[in-house]
Amino acid sequence: MFRRALPYMLSLPALVVCIGILIPFGTAVYYSTQRYNLSFPQARAFIGLENYTDFLSDSAFWNTIEVSLLYTFLTVTLELLLGLGIALLLRKPGRFNNMVSILLLLPLMTAPAIAALMWKLMTNPNFGVLSYLIGLIGFDDFRWASSPSSALFTVVLVDMWVYTPFIMILLLAGLRSLPRQPFEAAELDGVPRSFVFFRITLPMLMPYIITATLFRLLDSIQQFDIIYAMTQGGPGDKLMVFQVQSYLEFFQYTNVGRSAALLMVLWVITYVLSNLFVKHWLKLRERAHGHA
Amino acid sequence: MHHTSTAERILRGFLLTLVLLFFLFPIFWIFLMSFQTNEDILRIPPSLFFTPTLENYIALISGRLSTVAGDLDIAFMRNLWNSVLLSSLSVGVALILGVPAAYAFARFKFRLGENIAFTLLSFRFAPPLLVLLPLSLYFSELGLSDTYLGLVWVYQLIALPLILWIVRGYFEDISPDIENAYRIDGHSWATTFRKIAIPLARPGIAAASLLAFIFCWNNFVFALVLASADKQPVTVGALAFVTASGIQYGQVAAAIVLSVTPTLMLALYAQRYLVEGLSLGAVKG
Repeated sequence: MFRRALPYMLSLPALVVCIGILIPFGTAVYYSTQRYNLSFPQARAFIGLENYTDFLSDSAFWNTIEVSLLYTFLTVTLELLLGLGIALLLRKPGRFNNMVSILLLLPLMTAPAIAALMWKLMTNPNFGVLSYLIGLIGFDDFRWASSPSSALFTVVLVDMWVYTPFIMILLLAGLRSLPRQPFEAAELDGVPRSFVFFRITLPMLMPYIITATLFRLLDSIQQFDIIYAMTQGGPGDKLMVFQVQSYLEFFQYTNVGRSAALLMVLWVITYVLSNLFVKHWLKLRERAHGHA
Repeated sequence: MHHTSTAERILRGFLLTLVLLFFLFPIFWIFLMSFQTNEDILRIPPSLFFTPTLENYIALISGRLSTVAGDLDIAFMRNLWNSVLLSSLSVGVALILGVPAAYAFARFKFRLGENIAFTLLSFRFAPPLLVLLPLSLYFSELGLSDTYLGLVWVYQLIALPLILWIVRGYFEDISPDIENAYRIDGHSWATTFRKIAIPLARPGIAAASLLAFIFCWNNFVFALVLASADKQPVTVGALAFVTASGIQYGQVAAAIVLSVTPTLMLALYAQRYLVEGLSLGAVKG
């Protein structure tokens, strides 16, 4: 009897926390079906899916979709390429390579909001070292995050600075755990290196690449810290990604209903992605434990 | 492996130099800035050579900034203390809640366990504002926004999934036979858990705790939405700092250095476990 109840007793506190999370989540779902503005509490009413259907004809909503997807696509693609490149450079274990891979973790362990501040100081038009350096190569009036034409470039750069090391260490761990025989055999047979890379390394590394990509997709589509700390979504609506837009909708325009509906749209996207992640993750675990 | 030619070695060295420059230069530069006076910082062209000053740090630590507009009180040390308190308390609570649950999930196969584990995992990936915005309304109603308790509870969203998933993996790797043998000797379940299971999983528990601490420390949005001014951690405090008028850039740089030093030190110390922790146990390092 005791033995049957034991697991439930042990996990009870964690269950309480789960419920504690589910309550505000349920509240958010409920708010998203309401006309609810903190400035006009008397106008509060149930409106069904109106917040959602309003989005269809709302250019701000489509701008958010466009900016978020573009940001996610650019950051994940560039970080994946750069991360893979660096992992390949550091592939051989050795003191120097190991030291480099440890040093590269520092940006990843910097709080993203603080990282944005660091880049803000470096790109300040009056004294920023990067503004100065880029002026030397002819871009005298490059305004980094404060110009609409280069704002996206700047935040993508900061995102890459923080998160490329994440992909790098995952792929490096993957590369170093690959079995050696296929590579030795390929070398004996004099197989060209490009063939080895595309036909052996890349396919064998794929589970790691998928893990890293799913992680980054999930984080990147929800990016808030870097963009909020850098420009609060500006200039104009140039960087209004999901979470920044809904934060401002809530605190600046006090429009709780709309803000909740926008977050629900984002939640659906992350829900699909995280299900993919969990499926992939279970497969990996099964394999790891099956071999052990 | 392939033999590397000289040309290839040079190319590799060149590329690695570029990589190191991109990833380390910002940290190096902000570190230098934190020891510069405003005149040094504003000098064009920027220079690596200057007479270092501790003024920026002294101003931050004493909490009084002298500006042209007069003296200014700042609470940066308070922010730093809040970060220490919030992160350690959150990890402590997560350990108390998470380690027994992780053990239960590893040793007993039961429906509820999987459900809890996956609910927590899925909320690790859900948009934080979805939970935070309704909570901010609840918090002001319940009077929690001015308390550490409320924040520590919400920080479980960061710390608990990490502890649960990483420690669970460690418990699963320990053979139950050791525990069974000890139980046959007549020891109770609780003693077995305390004397056998926990010590064996200690590396996992330590790694998960360090990582959870780093993630709590680095978090920005939770406290931005929920914390009142005197409960804010460094991430929120440093941002408020930049927008405050009369603050000197060197002081901002010094605040950044003070904010990131603890996590960078911990990361270097814990780097062996980072791969596993960052991937929630999906990739073994």
